Amino acid sequence: MDLSSISLTLLIASLMVAATPILLAAIGEMVVERAGVLNLGVEGMMITGAICGFVAGVETGSPWAGFLVAAIGGAAMAALFGFLTQYLLSNQVATGLALTLFGLGLSSLLGQGYVGIKAQTLRRVDLGPLSDLPVVGRIIFGHDPIVYLSLALVAGVWAFLRYSRAGLILRAVGESHDAAHALGYHVRRVRMLAVLFGGACAGLGGAYLSLVRVPQWTEGMTAGAGWIALAIVVFASWRAERVLIGAYLFGGITVLQLNLQTAGARLPVELLSAAPYLVTIVVLVLISGRAGGRANAPADLGKPFHASA
Amino acid sequence: MRFTTFLAGALTLGLASGAMAQDDPVKAGFIYVGPIGDGGWTYQHNEGRLAVEEYFGDQVETVYQESVPEGADAERAITQMALGGADIIFTTSFGFMDATNAVAAKFPDVKFEHATGYKREHPNVSTYDARFYEGRAVLGTIAGHLTETNKIGYIGSFPIPEVIQGINSAYLHAKKVNPDVEMVVTWAYTWFDPAKEADAARAMIDQGVDVILQHTDSTAPQAAAQEANENGGRVFTFGQASDMSEFAPTPRVASIIDEWSPYYIDRVQAVIDGTWEQQGSWGGMAEGEVVIGPITDAVPEDVKTEAEALIAAMKASEYHPFTGPINKQDGSVWLNEGEVARDEDLLSMNFYVEGISGDIPN
Repeated sequence: MDLSSISLTLLIASLMVAATPILLAAIGEMVVERAGVLNLGVEGMMITGAICGFVAGVETGSPWAGFLVAAIGGAAMAALFGFLTQYLLSNQVATGLALTLFGLGLSSLLGQGYVGIKAQTLRRVDLGPLSDLPVVGRIIFGHDPIVYLSLALVAGVWAFLRYSRAGLILRAVGESHDAAHALGYHVRRVRMLAVLFGGACAGLGGAYLSLVRVPQWTEGMTAGAGWIALAIVVFASWRAERVLIGAYLFGGITVLQLNLQTAGARLPVELLSAAPYLVTIVVLVLISGRAGGRANAPADLGKPFHASA
Repeated sequence: MRFTTFLAGALTLGLASGAMAQDDPVKAGFIYVGPIGDGGWTYQHNEGRLAVEEYFGDQVETVYQESVPEGADAERAITQMALGGADIIFTTSFGFMDATNAVAAKFPDVKFEHATGYKREHPNVSTYDARFYEGRAVLGTIAGHLTETNKIGYIGSFPIPEVIQGINSAYLHAKKVNPDVEMVVTWAYTWFDPAKEADAARAMIDQGVDVILQHTDSTAPQAAAQEANENGGRVFTFGQASDMSEFAPTPRVASIIDEWSPYYIDRVQAVIDGTWEQQGSWGGMAEGEVVIGPITDAVPEDVKTEAEALIAAMKASEYHPFTGPINKQDGSVWLNEGEVARDEDLLSMNFYVEGISGDIPN
């Protein structure tokens, strides 16, 4: 085994890239869940974002337009979910699962003419001398803009939930929609906005796959990333900074196990591949073992709300 | 009671429509492991299906189901197709092996053709495969010449004989033209996961691999190599299963193409004629089932000539990629001077040849 062939700098740089799609989807889903809505359709919204972004990227020649359309596409899917669950009071779990199936089907329909085409991809930002610095140059200053955007989003969400009045209202809605309603807040409106934000984030995550990370369109290309994002939210016990850790951990293990294999390490790769899921289960057990049972989970997560109730 | 009657009814109906098919168009079914749009493995099987449609016209009707997972659900999908009146069903992935045989037991009048497997438990099950290792020999030769870092990467899907044959064949032929060459194998444990395949390719490139072969189905590694080249790298790849010519002339410098059309037409014809019999088919370059796609100008002229000579020799069945002397990884003798590998040994191949480091996972 020759571990010296693994460059830590490149490893960290590539794990950041590998983790960005799930980070984007997870931070969005976390906001949704903090508002008390459980949207299991992350995978469907991601893949819809992936194809919408790819189509727009190809047609306009601009990856930025691609990302914009991807966010809109993801949000449109989320709007469908929000309308069904918030206004028609359909079951959130079933609707979310249906959204995933619908998204997978819709995306392969939209993608019919786009297989094997290359889109304009985002280049790494060039910060001149900063990007040429050893180690930090590649890790901190050597990424494409969306990586920075995802980090900014995490910071933004953290600050929003912690310091802003709107964030407080959002959390109140998630903890007790009846109380929030009694105080005069628009529960449905808050939840719809959160759901739309989650959809847009998932769409961005999907587009990051199809426009930067892979980058091309193939059917079913999210390959379960949306489910991992859902697991990360639980793993992070609904805290923004832990979502970041969780996403980088999950992304990191994927990249690390491939690097170890390539370097010839004699490790059970199957176990390493399963590690993120095992960690999630362990975290779940630890959380439920603590007093209060559900720990940080929003108290009204997944419960339907109707003003008459 | 009523439910069992219904089931029996459905079963007879399915069988009956199978039997009546002599007058109706013959119905050929295809079970795909990935989406048709994968641009690789499943895409090529679907090209074969389209070739059947075009060749037979109204005589044959085809149906297919894509993205069928390997596992319990496969049995359901195949059963459904058999109930739907298919006369011959092609199940196009290794992992459908047990499901195919299980369903075949229930539908003795339907012909089953399982790709890349070895189990033929019932008289109505045939298997078919292609000698991909012949194509890998050509790619290995080109790779051995092209590499400057002397590190060739191989993205494996699952450690099954078909994939191991390819790794060994590619390595042996790269080594033949470049004694210093080293083979790095990474198992992706998937046939199709573009993001993971791209990551595997990136991990290799980060570690100094400059020629990548893949035995997974998407074009993502090609895209990863292209990205590396745009950032100043020098990485070459080969199209897998399908030509992947959209990545030519670099990074894709050649490709190994699965050409199933002749086999599919042949077998559907046998069903129409009533001459279908069980067999284990293993065609290669000579039968036109394994084709090397256009070699681009990124490959030096003399290397190209050498590769083409190798192709010609295998087409004429004059050369076998596994011709001794070849030792196993542990140094023990596998094939003596001039000895040619037997098909049985190849079909159960579970060892690396001498010179490849690392273990094959179980």
